[in-house]
Amino acid sequence: MAMTGVLRPGHAQMRVLDLEESIKFYSDVVGLVETGRDAQGRVYFKAWDERDHNSFIIRQADKPGLDFFSFKVDSHATLLKFDADLQAYGIKTERIPAGELLETGERVRFMIPTGHQIELYAEKTDVGNGQPYTNPEAWIPEAEHGIAPVRMDHALLYGPDIDGARDILVNVLGFYLVERILLEDGKTDLAVWLSCSTKAHDIAMVRHPEPGKVHHVAFLLDSWEKVLRAADIMSMNRVKIDIGPTRHGVTRGTTIYAFDPSGNRFETFSGGYSSYPDWHPITWTIDDVGRGIFYHDRALNDAFLTVVT
Amino acid sequence: MSYHSITLEDTGESFRSSETRTVLDGMAALGKKGIPVGCCGGGCGVCKIEIISGTYRKRVMSREHISVEDEANNRVLACRVWPTSDLRLKVLGKMSKSVCNDKAVASEVK
Repeated sequence: MAMTGVLRPGHAQMRVLDLEESIKFYSDVVGLVETGRDAQGRVYFKAWDERDHNSFIIRQADKPGLDFFSFKVDSHATLLKFDADLQAYGIKTERIPAGELLETGERVRFMIPTGHQIELYAEKTDVGNGQPYTNPEAWIPEAEHGIAPVRMDHALLYGPDIDGARDILVNVLGFYLVERILLEDGKTDLAVWLSCSTKAHDIAMVRHPEPGKVHHVAFLLDSWEKVLRAADIMSMNRVKIDIGPTRHGVTRGTTIYAFDPSGNRFETFSGGYSSYPDWHPITWTIDDVGRGIFYHDRALNDAFLTVVT
Repeated sequence: MSYHSITLEDTGESFRSSETRTVLDGMAALGKKGIPVGCCGGGCGVCKIEIISGTYRKRVMSREHISVEDEANNRVLACRVWPTSDLRLKVLGKMSKSVCNDKAVASEVK
């Protein structure tokens, strides 16, 4: 098997200001499928085409933002190995017992130097995508309910020490650098895009003075046409669009940034190239950062480096 | 539908907005400027204002940006308040957290 170790982003847990409003938003506007609620009052969702029980979890809190972002690894043995490797690297880890999150196995949690809680886990119940594993159809009615992304895809995190965070992800967990934006000095990263797969990014980070902030969690769509359809659905529902539909220079994905009812930014995007670990990373210089982030506007909007939760 | 006059004391800018739009949305919908526009969901804090006079309706806002004391003193987020009378306000929030714009932060970068 070529893909080993960390397989993919598995789940993100976000804070919202009004739970009922947010359940309706993520169910009917984003078009995720609700899969459960727990004793803590958390509500669990998955994208229609995902097979594991949950990928996006919300809870009510007095400030919005990201609680944790988690990656699925290929086996329990790998989970134990990564836990040991992280500790050997000097990182404090915490074991969270199986079942603390619904239908999810034991998790290893640690903080990266951007101030974010990252988790690894190996097991989550396969509930399927609503189709049989023998002779399935191409899609199901949920594929047309709301924006209806096919999966929770990646996150862009904002925090101070993106170098230290990148080193942990690369040196301990086997991620590789796909693209970067360099500041004026030509050596300091303003931002990095990292992959643990053949996706152009599984996680990205921007250097930012406040720790633990989230720019967005992204949901994948199948086509540019579905990105346009997502924009129509956002307007029908008076969803605040930050920018788009447009294209990123970095990763070349077509995109919309928009905000949930608590001000958490989310992305609905399509495309982006396939990357491989042997590929030379792409570098963007600060004078062309506008084209790198928003390929058509060729300028950052005010919100890109400022508006986070 | 009732319309009210919203006046920004800092610039003297004024616009008419209905009770069905937030103060921020009312401003932005007319192409007016003065209050920074961020997440529009009560989360990011860039549209923080202080309401000097007038009455308004409000919804839950992030405690990271609006403390209990803020709220008691009419310091709110423009994206989470709806005018129920004419309003006069001061702009407190700003777009100021950028690494690119903030030399102090950039100089700390190793």
